Amino acid sequence: MSTDGVTVGSGASQAALAHDPAPAVAARGAADAPQGPGGRAARKRRGGHMTWRRALRRDWQLYSLLILPLLFFAIFRYVPMFGNVIAFRRFRPGGSIFGEEWVGLHYVRMFINDPTFWNVFQNTLVLGVLSLVIIFPLPIVLALMLNELRSQRFKRIVQTISYLPHFMSIVIVAGLVFQLTAIRGTVNQIITAIGGEAIGFMQLPEFFRTIYISSEIWQTVGWGTILYLAALSTIDPQLYEAARIDGANRWRQTWHVTLPGIRPTMVVLLILNIGSFMAVGFEKILLLYNPLLYPTADVIATYLYRVGIGSSQFSYATAIGLFEAIIGLTLVLSANAISRRVVGASLW
Amino acid sequence: MVTAENVTHLDEQLSKPTVYATRTVKDTRGYRVFYVVNATLLVIIAGVTLYPFVNLLAQAFSSESYINAGQVNLWPKGFNVTTFNLVMSDSMFWRNYQNTVYYTVVATLVAMVFTTTFAYAISKYHLKGRKVFIGIAVFTMFFNGGLIPNYVLVNELGLRNSVWAIALPNAISVFNLLVMKSFFENFSTEIEEAAEIDGLSTYGKLWRIVLPLSKAVIATMILFYAVSFWNSWFAAFLYMDHRELYPVTVYLRNLIAGATSVDGAAGSAEATQIAANVKAVTMLLTVLPIVCLYPFLQRYFVSGVMLGSVKQ
Repeated sequence: MSTDGVTVGSGASQAALAHDPAPAVAARGAADAPQGPGGRAARKRRGGHMTWRRALRRDWQLYSLLILPLLFFAIFRYVPMFGNVIAFRRFRPGGSIFGEEWVGLHYVRMFINDPTFWNVFQNTLVLGVLSLVIIFPLPIVLALMLNELRSQRFKRIVQTISYLPHFMSIVIVAGLVFQLTAIRGTVNQIITAIGGEAIGFMQLPEFFRTIYISSEIWQTVGWGTILYLAALSTIDPQLYEAARIDGANRWRQTWHVTLPGIRPTMVVLLILNIGSFMAVGFEKILLLYNPLLYPTADVIATYLYRVGIGSSQFSYATAIGLFEAIIGLTLVLSANAISRRVVGASLW
Repeated sequence: MVTAENVTHLDEQLSKPTVYATRTVKDTRGYRVFYVVNATLLVIIAGVTLYPFVNLLAQAFSSESYINAGQVNLWPKGFNVTTFNLVMSDSMFWRNYQNTVYYTVVATLVAMVFTTTFAYAISKYHLKGRKVFIGIAVFTMFFNGGLIPNYVLVNELGLRNSVWAIALPNAISVFNLLVMKSFFENFSTEIEEAAEIDGLSTYGKLWRIVLPLSKAVIATMILFYAVSFWNSWFAAFLYMDHRELYPVTVYLRNLIAGATSVDGAAGSAEATQIAANVKAVTMLLTVLPIVCLYPFLQRYFVSGVMLGSVKQ
């Protein structure tokens, strides 16, 4: 089923990923219309000139299938989007979810003057940059390493093991982190074995970033290789042969053939990663941190949670959340625009 | 001349993947060194990935004194199953475990109905307004309402303390939706046209022709949803007010945070002492279904991810 649409041969699926990945669907042109006998005529008749009344009469059963999901999107996705207006309106619990009266930028000014906010903003940026710089390249490296294996069986075993952490609940991951970093846990056993003092990792803010990034690597890197391995398998073997004839050794083959071959995949995943830059592991941090770790562990999302749910300052928390979401949206839009100009690959 | 030896050679050549057929040049010494280093590194990576689970297993079956002395690593010490009996006899744990099963089943069912119907409708190229409907869904991938407006909404709708607070706000994952859409788009139009000529309505086609022939993608989607609902904790943490309503992940979260204790040990002096062991056992019981099913289901997940991204 996954090969149905690949008619151009190797590389076609990559091209599809680069220029036409899932989110780009909305932007697809009319070229998608059904092929086959009479396709063009049918398109003309069906697509352009049909009125809503006729479309509804003919496809009412299809439209009826849309009702529940559209209600879902309207209520649980779009109403909360408009619910963000309470960042600019005073909200009273039990009152309208859109707030009571306008207060302008009151809550925005509040967080701009809030020293804690700037601290958590900084933590968010640090964790976001660390995730991007450290975690983003690792699946590529792992995929290249796996790709060099000759024994398919060995490769499959390593892959199966590396995917496993992805299926764990974040609660389990947090539990494992506590277990390994406990005062008598494995990490401290190693430290004491080589002559060090046991460290209370979960009480010392200076270790939090290391612990967070390590657990992210453990949980996500293996799963992240899937797409790269798929892209690697579509590279034309003839390219390697040609490179070898030109005198390229294995490193040069990797540099000049393999890496350019997976570049579109890299770009798309990079853009997606930049988009989630601000939304660093909210649930994981919420499970892992404690007041002792706030100096490095507290991020916008967790602060927002404490202010909003913990202290019921809904409007203030919403203003912070809106700020975060707008930065995220801006980042993904600009990353996409830059990449389209510079590399020629983009999400849409 | 065809000798037995020749034939086996030929067999070997044929069974080799295409990549090897092009590798006619003998590997350089440097590459052979690299190969060994690479393979060794991968074994180490696999070992490190597995270690936390092995350690969990060892702690679950160890006696508490050995854990506290920091002597349990790969193998249980002071083997015993008393903690298992303790955790299993905790009625709240079982109650929460049942809740997890119940929430997972209901939420997955709702999610599948919503996702399938929407994906099927937007997979039809001739549907007027199709691009608008797709756009409505895709936009939510890049911008969402955020925590507080969602929280206010769920409370306002009166979904608190019910399974609907978990099931409804997460009824469609746009990623899964796009996977199903692309699958339906590749569905043979001839079969559907034939069914239409035979007098089936749209509902009939979907129910009697398309769904029975889409078992692979449906199974994959059920897996995706079921695992995510099984693993989720935050929605229940936010919207459930009573211990009896928690799923097992929230039970575990509270155990780890020290906010709850197993009934059998509550109040006693050993309550704090058995903590490490109890946590290990509870974690083990929570991941057990996933770990047991994982080897059989893994390839479906992988094919689902590929379907959703390489093709769209």
